[in-house]
Amino acid sequence: MGKKFIDVAAHFDTDGKIIPVMFWWDDGKSYRIDRVLDIRRSASLKAGGTGIRYTCRILGKNRYLYYDDYTTKWFVEIPDDFYSTW
Amino acid sequence: MERTILHCDCNNFYASVERLYHPELRDRPIAVSGDPELRHGIVLAKSNEAKKLGVKTGHPLWMAKQLCPDIVFVKPHYDLYTHFSQLARNIYSEYTDRVEPYGQDECWLDMTGTAKLLGDGKHIADTIRNRIKSELGITISAGVSFNKVFAKLGSDYKKPDATTVIPFDGFREFVWPLPVSNLIFVGGATTKVLERKCIRTIGELANTDRSTVKSWLGKCGETLWLYANGYDSSQVAKDGEQPTIKSIGNSTTLSRDLVGYDEIKITLMVLSESVAARLRRHNMQCETVQIGIRGTNLSWIERQGRLPIPGCDSTTIYLKALELLVQNYQQGKPVRSLGVRACNLSARQYIQTSFMPSVHRTQRYEKIEDVIDKLRFRFGNKIVQRGIMLSDTGLSTLDPQADHPNLILSSVHTQR
Ligand SMILES: [Mg+2]
Repeated sequence: MGKKFIDVAAHFDTDGKIIPVMFWWDDGKSYRIDRVLDIRRSASLKAGGTGIRYTCRILGKNRYLYYDDYTTKWFVEIPDDFYSTW
Repeated sequence: MERTILHCDCNNFYASVERLYHPELRDRPIAVSGDPELRHGIVLAKSNEAKKLGVKTGHPLWMAKQLCPDIVFVKPHYDLYTHFSQLARNIYSEYTDRVEPYGQDECWLDMTGTAKLLGDGKHIADTIRNRIKSELGITISAGVSFNKVFAKLGSDYKKPDATTVIPFDGFREFVWPLPVSNLIFVGGATTKVLERKCIRTIGELANTDRSTVKSWLGKCGETLWLYANGYDSSQVAKDGEQPTIKSIGNSTTLSRDLVGYDEIKITLMVLSESVAARLRRHNMQCETVQIGIRGTNLSWIERQGRLPIPGCDSTTIYLKALELLVQNYQQGKPVRSLGVRACNLSARQYIQTSFMPSVHRTQRYEKIEDVIDKLRFRFGNKIVQRGIMLSDTGLSTLDPQADHPNLILSSVHTQR
């Protein structure tokens, strides 16, 4: 299990709330986030760290995106064999 | 009414945060240490695995390595610990506005009167414990009791990731058999004194005559006696109310010895003005004024006295300092060094209103000095001066040295 930092485009609303809209993978492909289903603070024991965890609907699957408010970076947890499963 | 106090303590705080960020180290003994490259690095914090093998905070790295050959040293990330400390406090603050930090990784929470709304103390403690684990990825141990001292004792009782309840009914059965060193503020020196008196458990301390304990350990001993008997009634400070600075002091060593009261008065005034200005800058007021005097025999004496009401103006502080000096120092004896300190600080916004003339006068002085602060800020320190300062310009222009901010954490220590 590991941690992968990603580029994210997000919507900042007037209340100061941050909602991710899309992100880029390292192959240059971009992915749209269809819906954000849940927002909460959560530790990621797999990737190592804590942040605001967004449960996102992406290509019909639920994925966690983390926003680390200390480093202001976005990351995802990736399994060791992730290139075959993501 | 019986209070409900929680004490939450992050387990192996630094090491836990580091391990969260290094999943590959999760099952390994680690120590957070000063630069491992340097030979004089020491252990700042350690994980449970290392603790079990005898690694202690303060050990040099070579010794830690000897005790625990598999140990991994990691560098500290203080900003990250502060971030986690804040995250934990944010969670506590969702349950009560009475959150009093004790160090970076411990807090007291006053949950009195919330049982119907949020559940009993144990339930809240378990909820908070689980939230910290899932949201922050570290563990805490929690103590629940009817006072701060026993709540702290509870959080130390079982670690990690556990809740311990010490109820009012039956606290004696629970607390009294424990070693006296488990009690907060009973350090190595105190333990030794008590051991010589055959006091090994908290119960033995509690059942000794109060005045006897006082004769052994002074006022501090009396406080410990009260703690042991469950009589600690100290409040959990309100969020943000607790000053991080415990006292503000200025002292000066003079270029020549002062002899008469006139010269001493000028120096006291310079010091009082500086202390008062610093109090106001921190938006604080003091209840106790302390003076320090060094005579030509180089012995330093300290005396303190209480103000009728808390204040932060130089006149009030000066008059109290002068009164203490006159009471405690023989006139005509030369003075080499003087200090003025403001103690028992509190936040300034909670000002009692009163019709008492003395209160009214203090408040007027404070208003005047707020204006003087503004003038001095805009036009320099010399723009407004007291008449007394003009009588000896050599003394009045001395630059008082700020003492190091006194960051003593416990009130007991300051009483000593
Ligand atoms: Mg701790």
